[in-house]
Amino acid sequence: MPETLTSSEVVTLTINGQEVSARTDETIMEVAEEQGIRIPALCHISGLSDIGACRLCVVEIQGSPKLQPACVTRVSEGMTVSTHTDRLRAHRRTIVEMLFAERNHVCSVCVSNGHCDLQNLAVECGMQEVTLPYLAPKLQVDASHKRFVMDPNRCVMCTRCVRVCDEIEGAHTWDIMGRGVDSRVITDLGKPWGESDTCTSCGKCVQVCPTGALFEKGVSVAEMTKRRQFLPYLKTMREVPK
Amino acid sequence: MSKTVTIDPVTRIEGHAKITIMMNDDGTVDEARLHITQFRGFERICEGRPFYEMPSLMARICGICPVSHLVASAKACDALLAVAVPETGARLRRIMNLAQIVQSHSLSFFHLSAPDLLLGMDASPASRNIMALVSSHPQAAKDGIALRRFGQHIIELLGGKRIHPAWIVPGGVSAPLTQEHRDEILATIPEAMEAVQRTLAWFKPSLKKFREEIGVFANFPTLLMGLVTPSGDLEHYDGRLRFAKPDGTPRMEDVAPERFNEFIGEAVEDWTYLKFPYFLQDGYPDGIYRVGPLARLNMVGRCGTPLADAELEEYRQLSVEERMSSFHYHWARLIEVLYGIERIKEIVSDPDILDTHVRAHAEPNRSEGIGVSEAPRGTLMHHYKIDENGLITWSNLIIATGHNNLAMNKGITQAAKHYISGFDIPEPLLNRVEAVIRTYDPCLSCSTHAFGQMPIRMQMVDSKGMVVKEVSRQ
Ligand code: SF4
Ligand code: SF4
Ligand code: FES
Repeated sequence: MPETLTSSEVVTLTINGQEVSARTDETIMEVAEEQGIRIPALCHISGLSDIGACRLCVVEIQGSPKLQPACVTRVSEGMTVSTHTDRLRAHRRTIVEMLFAERNHVCSVCVSNGHCDLQNLAVECGMQEVTLPYLAPKLQVDASHKRFVMDPNRCVMCTRCVRVCDEIEGAHTWDIMGRGVDSRVITDLGKPWGESDTCTSCGKCVQVCPTGALFEKGVSVAEMTKRRQFLPYLKTMREVPK
Repeated sequence: MSKTVTIDPVTRIEGHAKITIMMNDDGTVDEARLHITQFRGFERICEGRPFYEMPSLMARICGICPVSHLVASAKACDALLAVAVPETGARLRRIMNLAQIVQSHSLSFFHLSAPDLLLGMDASPASRNIMALVSSHPQAAKDGIALRRFGQHIIELLGGKRIHPAWIVPGGVSAPLTQEHRDEILATIPEAMEAVQRTLAWFKPSLKKFREEIGVFANFPTLLMGLVTPSGDLEHYDGRLRFAKPDGTPRMEDVAPERFNEFIGEAVEDWTYLKFPYFLQDGYPDGIYRVGPLARLNMVGRCGTPLADAELEEYRQLSVEERMSSFHYHWARLIEVLYGIERIKEIVSDPDILDTHVRAHAEPNRSEGIGVSEAPRGTLMHHYKIDENGLITWSNLIIATGHNNLAMNKGITQAAKHYISGFDIPEPLLNRVEAVIRTYDPCLSCSTHAFGQMPIRMQMVDSKGMVVKEVSRQ
């Protein structure tokens, strides 16, 4: 039996009016998933650690004035959670709009068009248009890697690439540079990807990237589908107790 | 005091334009100019983008002929990869290019020009449109719709999406043709064939009514340019580049299209955003030439399909002088529609068309690539340069409306001189000047490579730049 279970106890909570029992080492996101409730999420991907960065998964918890990210909030006894209120919907829509406005997402010419987590989120959150002014930054594409391309114009700063490279591949090629709207993901402390000494060219970052920011060379518009089956598998293999 | 009369907008052409008619003091026309006032920006937008995004990016230049840009752009990318597109891939692209020509010519002929042809140039603007045509000439309208649908349906079957299909990719096409879709294409051919033949049957006798227009519709000799097969026949996808004399005989030996820069210069005028390409050997502006369906049919040996060749022969009964008239663009379009349908049938009937080897993969092997193809409106040239990582560093496009720019300006001057005298300009005369431009079917949003559209205005300006009259017509 996985050792994590020993330190947790079973509690009862309410999600969207439905009573459920769960273990205290579980997050609201995990419990909701078990109940078949889908909470919009972007930085979260099962198999990697959670960082609560994108705030799309926020939920309302009775008694707490603040919205709480479901991916990093653990359940507790008697908790009453709402995942799809009007307030949350408006909140999520705004976040998605901000993601679109912050960089240059021109889906019609994007390699990920039709297979993009951000696009799907826009649909899921009912975003019809971007009402915020576009920042339209001028960002340089890094195509120096032999097999992959990094297009910061389509990056949503979810840091999935950073985490998969560090936690699963163990190469830690990716990092974050800068703050707020100026932050960027970088390879080997700012070297062109193609000159990276740490990158093993495994391609895991490309596969977990939710958008067309990381993609394989040679694919054309709408041809980049990501294969993520490996992630839970690798994760499970690592968790097998010694 | 000389006055300038500006007709704006030119209704029923794609994009927006402004015509200025510069009047002499005595009320005669001095010169007419077609201004393209839109901002030019596509070449800049491409900078720094991966080259394989180009076909789709380029397809966004124009909502009317995205496929043509896809084809020229993908060919430029093939050149960057330095690969040979598999035979079947090339033929599938060819089908799509022809389908685009059929649907675009049909749009131009039936929706934009047939109202003039069938309802008369002098009919009021309100009753001279496609809706009026539907009630007065239902069969003609039906045929128009059927032909457009034919082309669009094929594009959809191949590309999966009617507008801006991402199916044409560097190295070939992304998916082969299925047997089911092949059969579907074949099944639609008879109806399309009947529709175009019925149209030719009423169109040809109607030409009598337009003697006057034929005489003044940009009726002047120019060089012609376009792709031809190695044996000098009609070609839209590949082949050699021909410059021909007004009578259609080659001006020089046909050349590889990639060498276009050696023969074409681009002049700039400060009153329009659209450049003026010209034949270098004759200088500017004498190196005036025309492209498009009329140029193609005037300079090729044959079409290469039986029915279109029979029509071509009939068309060639016209004297060389008559064939100079841009009014005959209409006829040329119909013959090309017929050719397109015949050729598509021929290509899809070959069992090899179902071959699944349709795409060549490679990394970029050259830093510069040129792609040339024939769009409905004429020759399309895409020219890209990339850095060592495959990012675009420079691009240039010459599109059909650009090639025709000198001829369009000359054409409207000629028509304006003929019809306009004095400062009072009744609507039918305005319409005739516009109709000259419409015969070229210019796609203005595309020729200036602009996103979005500019506002519309119509003004009369005197020689000192003072607006003496402002008219606006929607
Ligand atoms: S990454 Fe997604 S949202 Fe962004 S341009 Fe590409 S398809 Fe659109
Ligand atoms: S590159 Fe992709 S995975 Fe990495 S932070 Fe940006 S969007 Fe996320
Ligand atoms: S998914 Fe929870 S904060 Fe991003």
